[in-house]
Amino acid sequence: MLKVMLFRFLIGGAVVSAFSALGDILKPKSFAGLFGAAPSVALATLALTIATDGPSYASTEARSMIAGALAMFGYASIVLWVMFKYKPPALLISTSLIAVWLVTSFGIWFLVLK
Amino acid sequence: MVIKFQLSALRRTRWYEIVLRFLFGGLATVATGMIAKSYGPVIGGLFLAFPAIFPATATLVEKHVKEKKKNVHIDGVNRSRSAVALEARGTAMGSLGLAVFGLLLWRFLVDRPAWLVLLAASLAWLVTSIVIWELRRLIRGRFSTVS
Repeated sequence: MLKVMLFRFLIGGAVVSAFSALGDILKPKSFAGLFGAAPSVALATLALTIATDGPSYASTEARSMIAGALAMFGYASIVLWVMFKYKPPALLISTSLIAVWLVTSFGIWFLVLK
Repeated sequence: MVIKFQLSALRRTRWYEIVLRFLFGGLATVATGMIAKSYGPVIGGLFLAFPAIFPATATLVEKHVKEKKKNVHIDGVNRSRSAVALEARGTAMGSLGLAVFGLLLWRFLVDRPAWLVLLAASLAWLVTSIVIWELRRLIRGRFSTVS
């Protein structure tokens, strides 16, 4: 169990770091931002899930991921609007608005996936 | 607008920023696995698109732009926060690509080779995101020309 978690940690860390580095070197900023929604955690997690629990289990996760991605669209759109309009500190807004992601994704889960 | 690779940007990235991203990425992957184990794949799958990395990225973008402006004796607070907004705009567009990524995996993972579906879905994420980004740029360009 601990070995699997460590493996997940290393793979996840490496994939996320690679996508982040790619985002760092790309210009303009809005294009680099595309990599903020790269399927980095998903790739690391799903590849391991397919190996341990099979493709059917991973496919169910992928269906829910569509809801998570739509929630991320809502989250990033509100961050964009607030940052342009009020220019608050990035950390404050990007962490506090995670509540928007939680409400939206669980809302879609409740209405569609449950 | 030309898309550029600016390798010099990597020099501005400090070692602890790399460690921070690695930690966030690793922890997000472990947490997603644990949520799926505890609450099942339907709830666990939601967290495959959890914006775990965005706050760290946004904070680093804000810090880098502020430092860059400070070096030329300009107060870069407003500029740095606009840069974060632009980053968020890109992330919003990329998240639609992420939905397409999830859609392809959901439809094809069960009856096709997993490696092929993962590869095709990753390409679909990239292409969808770039097309949306380019479309927005073209539409915005057309409207600004008309007005």
